[in-house]
Amino acid sequence: MNSKTKNHEPLFHIAKRDTLPMYKSWAIRGLAILFALIVAGIVTMLLTGENPLKVYSTMVSGAFGSSRRIWSLLQSLAMLLCVSLAVTPAFKMRFWNIGAEGQVLIGGLATAGCMITLGDKIPNALLILVMIVASIVAGAIWALIPAFFKAKFNTNETLFTLMMNYVAIQLVSYFEMLWENPKGSSNIGIINQSTHAGWLPTIGNFEYLLNVLVVLGLTIFMYIYLKYSKHGYELTVVGESENTARYIGLNVKKVIMRTMLLSGAVCGIAGLLLVGGTNHTITTTTAGGRGFTAIMVSWLAKFNPIYMILTAFLIAFLEVGSGAISTVFGLNESFADIITGIILFFIIGCEFFINYKLHFRSRHKEVK
Amino acid sequence: MADVLALELKGITKTFGSVVANKNVDLKVKKGEILSILGENGSGKTTLMNMVSGIYYPDAGEIFVNGENVVISSPKDAFKYKIGMIHQHFKLVDVFTATQNIVLGIKDGTKFNIKSAEKKVKEITEKYGFIVDLNKKIYEMSVSEKQTVEIIKVLYRGADILILDEPTAVLTPQETRKLFDILRKMKADGKSIIIITHKLHEVLEISDRVTTLRKGEYVGTVETKDATEQSLTEMMMGERVELNITREEPKNPVERLVVDHLTVIKRDGTVALDNVEFNAYGGEILGVAGISGCGQKELLESIAGLQVTTKKSSILYKPDDLGPQQLVGKTPKEIRKLGVALSFVPEDRLGMGLVGNMDIIDNMMLRSYKSGRGSFLNRKQPKGLAEEVIENLEVVTPSATTPVRRLSGGNVQKVLVGREIASAPKVLMVAYPVRGLDINSSYTIYNLLAEQKRNGTAIIFVGEDLDVLLELCDRIMVINSGKITGIVDGRTATKEEIGLLMTKSVEREDKNEQ
Repeated sequence: MNSKTKNHEPLFHIAKRDTLPMYKSWAIRGLAILFALIVAGIVTMLLTGENPLKVYSTMVSGAFGSSRRIWSLLQSLAMLLCVSLAVTPAFKMRFWNIGAEGQVLIGGLATAGCMITLGDKIPNALLILVMIVASIVAGAIWALIPAFFKAKFNTNETLFTLMMNYVAIQLVSYFEMLWENPKGSSNIGIINQSTHAGWLPTIGNFEYLLNVLVVLGLTIFMYIYLKYSKHGYELTVVGESENTARYIGLNVKKVIMRTMLLSGAVCGIAGLLLVGGTNHTITTTTAGGRGFTAIMVSWLAKFNPIYMILTAFLIAFLEVGSGAISTVFGLNESFADIITGIILFFIIGCEFFINYKLHFRSRHKEVK
Repeated sequence: MADVLALELKGITKTFGSVVANKNVDLKVKKGEILSILGENGSGKTTLMNMVSGIYYPDAGEIFVNGENVVISSPKDAFKYKIGMIHQHFKLVDVFTATQNIVLGIKDGTKFNIKSAEKKVKEITEKYGFIVDLNKKIYEMSVSEKQTVEIIKVLYRGADILILDEPTAVLTPQETRKLFDILRKMKADGKSIIIITHKLHEVLEISDRVTTLRKGEYVGTVETKDATEQSLTEMMMGERVELNITREEPKNPVERLVVDHLTVIKRDGTVALDNVEFNAYGGEILGVAGISGCGQKELLESIAGLQVTTKKSSILYKPDDLGPQQLVGKTPKEIRKLGVALSFVPEDRLGMGLVGNMDIIDNMMLRSYKSGRGSFLNRKQPKGLAEEVIENLEVVTPSATTPVRRLSGGNVQKVLVGREIASAPKVLMVAYPVRGLDINSSYTIYNLLAEQKRNGTAIIFVGEDLDVLLELCDRIMVINSGKITGIVDGRTATKEEIGLLMTKSVEREDKNEQ
């Protein structure tokens, strides 16, 4: 039989998988981390000549080496998780809220404003209450503005929320000048350093415990909200298909605005914790890029607040650990970014292999 | 040379995940013949042809074109071997003209010359007798015209083997006849034509031979002249099946819906519905026939409160206990609050009726999740309903917590219809309820509708298969470009009669024929 093949079969082709059982998908993720460490190790050796095992152990000890370091890791984790929880309802509704950065900043600015203008003028408990309300309202309004325009005029929320970030940053710069302390520094400095007015209380000796507990509470709240509440159900329907939402008589505009209100409010809380509970000051970089990193945390966890603890931990660990590498080995910070980048590349890339599989060309042709 | 086959497939196998779409399929196509590939939905007809046209790549098996073993790994390869496929969903650029679409994407190394291309296109249309305005933009075209453009496109690329996937699904009987005339001309010209279909009478009318697939496997090939509808059905189903729809006389019909002056103007200013008037009665199935996109969707959505209608429009709902209720200007929520028992099975099941990523339980409560106090969901009742629907309608699913997008088309539809029937509606609207379903599932749905009719529900059934409409419906209303062109008796009307109403005043050529 003449079976001369004229051109080559493709080397491989891609096919969608059925859902993998849990253990298999986690095995793939585990393997991805292992590969990531190996590749990052090789890169480390080639670039710096350092022993990669030593580098990794530095990462681990940088994150867990002392109780101070563990608390600092927990703090990073809590703050990142807080913003991730905030963006989750919006993303689950397929509303591309990339303005969390600005919403956190505005929440922080409101907090700082209360501390500066009202500090020592009203009782501390009342001040803290005002700060809480102000930060939540500020964050919520900052998120509601793009949501309103999306609902009413179908504007592009991605661009809108992104622009709102810049507005927030400019506002913070303006107030830095207005409230500068000492004069001429263009810095706000530590607010109420002597009186500690408006500083969120510390529980026992643990500086960050309050933040951790608040975020833990938010995590549970968000989990229940998304899974068991009518609101959560509605926003899922809107996210999956606006047509279905219309069909069952949902007021889509209302759901969009309500969900963004919640998203912004939680961002406001993040701002409150950062300014009132951690830094006691505000700069244009207070949000620290968390508003963007949070999007990755949320998507990696597939919008499940419980998984989000894991993904947020991973990112926080990489950040703290790679920071330790740069200081210990005297490498510059870009090197830490390289390591983080390699690891994230593998972790995100492995999702492809969870959803798809490759068929390779079979070598032998069956002969009948 | 005459006995060299135009196309031969040997042992083609293709799997998607754990689903076997084609298993060891053989196929032979002679030169200058029309071959029908017959099979139920999901039997792997389209998958098989997609492998011939380079969209999928087979896991195993060989393809021979003109006796030569070839590898087709992209549509470009397929064209190299002069194979062209006309897909069910047209792949045309809306804002381009017919000619622009036809010549789009051709790279033959020479400088592109629109003049000579136009000339070549014109030659093709004249040769086979296509009637189409080549300078018309696609978005201005009817479905039949778009199909014509697709066929010319394939011929322009020099195809000798043409594959048509369900070409008549969107055509009126008159348009189908015209298409068949063209296909016969192409056959006489020596081209090989493969038609994918599940309409038996068309198979018998047009093809020379019939190849049947069942559940992805090759069943056999017969000469059309030796086949009958019954013998083909048995090949397709693997067993003898009785396909009868019981149509009882409506029992004391009561007026449920009175629609008057219903006009819908779309956002772009075009008229979707123009002064529509009709009544619907309890205990009756009112069929709606028409070329798709003639306002059927807007009609049902207006009644469901999802469309903005003009001022004069009136849709009165007449319950047993109260006076007539005006539905125009009310939202779905307000309509439900009035106690109007209205159910709606929309055309777009997963995009509108259900949420694909949610499980059956969560889909069951789409309409009812608001009931009950408090801000938390109560999943107990929906869970009971889900289990009931799964059992009563024989939904094949691993469990009630399986996302509905994982279910097959027929089972998705059962979930949707099950939910809509569960609320004991007085008016039930269904749009293309059996599209994509296999024969058995289709008949399950027909029987469910007949049962609802017996319970006194007023049913509005938007369908595309005229044979089914004529068997199932008590009255058939024909809609054409947003206008009602006639309401006929389902027991006495003929297909030709309805076909004419479907195209009346839209296509002038039809009038000339008469």
